[in-house]
Amino acid sequence: MTDLLAIGTRKGLWLARSDDDRRTWSVDGPHLLAQEVAAVSVDTRGATPRVLAGIQYGHWGPTVMWSDDLGGTWNETEHGAIHFPEDTGAALARVWQLRPDSADRPDVVWAGCEPHSLWRSTDGGRSFELVRGHYDHPHRPTWEPGGGGGAVHTILPDPASDRVTIAMSTGGVYVSEDGGDKWEPRNRGITVTFGPDPLPEYGQCVHKVAVDSGDPDRLYAQNHFGVFRSDDAGISWSSIAGGLPADFGFPIVTSPSTPGTAWVVPLVADMQRVPPDGRLRVHRTRDAGETWDELGNGLPDASWTAVVRDAFCADEHDVTGIYVGTRDGCVYASADEGDSFTLVADHLPDVLTVRAAQLP
Amino acid sequence: MSVEVVLPGVLADLAGGSKHLELQPSGESLGDLLDTLAAQHPLLGRRIRDETGAVRRFVNVYVDGDDIRFAEGLATKVRDGGVVQVLPSVAGG
Repeated sequence: MTDLLAIGTRKGLWLARSDDDRRTWSVDGPHLLAQEVAAVSVDTRGATPRVLAGIQYGHWGPTVMWSDDLGGTWNETEHGAIHFPEDTGAALARVWQLRPDSADRPDVVWAGCEPHSLWRSTDGGRSFELVRGHYDHPHRPTWEPGGGGGAVHTILPDPASDRVTIAMSTGGVYVSEDGGDKWEPRNRGITVTFGPDPLPEYGQCVHKVAVDSGDPDRLYAQNHFGVFRSDDAGISWSSIAGGLPADFGFPIVTSPSTPGTAWVVPLVADMQRVPPDGRLRVHRTRDAGETWDELGNGLPDASWTAVVRDAFCADEHDVTGIYVGTRDGCVYASADEGDSFTLVADHLPDVLTVRAAQLP
Repeated sequence: MSVEVVLPGVLADLAGGSKHLELQPSGESLGDLLDTLAAQHPLLGRRIRDETGAVRRFVNVYVDGDDIRFAEGLATKVRDGGVVQVLPSVAGG
């Protein structure tokens, strides 16, 4: 079995492979050189793995590309896989997220984009349809762009129901229980520091949300200040930031196999986006956020970089592997749930996204 | 009416490998010309304009040497035998 790690950067895509249970890696690339790859996914549900990339040409605009031969050739839809309907008057600015749905929905792929929009493909990512129930939500005029732009950046389709959970910066967490027609904000308990009301119904700058592997109603959120957990599918949230050196950060990742296990990468603050004490560290909880342990074996000291919201992921091994990419172009892998890390690649452009997959 | 479109080398692959196209636009404006271009070469059209029809921010278009941003934009008239040049603006990374 081969482990594949797709690494999307500011200036192209790299593909790292390991054939020895994630001990050593060979790195292939660049693919899509000079194109920003802010979103990537490896869809292994079909007979052939498909790499989907949300790219930005810079001068020539954004689109979705795909490769069915692991980067050998790339394809794109002639008129653009994602294009806003004429009545919206909107234009695609960036693809932030590409999320294949569950195995029993084999051709369904979700996309989250800027401006705030959610898209659904039923042909494996060749073309997407705007989810109008979300786009036409009456809250839309008040969803403000964060520093990186206003986007749907997190999509969590529940494999066992029609529930879809999304997160937006800004906007917060929204949930649909009917596959995308009706949406409601679920942010009670998530605080904001950038508005007069610290506990608004919506409008939060939720940076990332992850779902617990043992309970689909248990969610974890890394917020723009604050780390939170919900045990009721987002209806209410409570802080789990105690024990962390800082409650600011971007990614939050859960183990697909071990309930209660999650990881974050704290940064000092929004106006100081560096690791505390200049040491790149991952923090892990084994008890759903009640306690946290600092993990740094193999991670650098004297590191003043940052990890952005999608540059952190987990694989699906029984013993979860986790992968961290930094804005200074380094990628670290851990095959033991964070106890130790090895360097996969360095001197890449800013790492924007990493996604792991197991190939047959 | 026939108008020459001059493309940068990085877009030539999307026009069958040619940096020069001769197009017969459906109307007299640059917008009409770019509609004709997009109908014949959809990917090329998407590189130059977004789905609202607007010329992308970092794409410059010149009609007979004049930047359309300082003329009438997509309403700028094109003429028989005229030249429309597409260039990437000063940007990159």
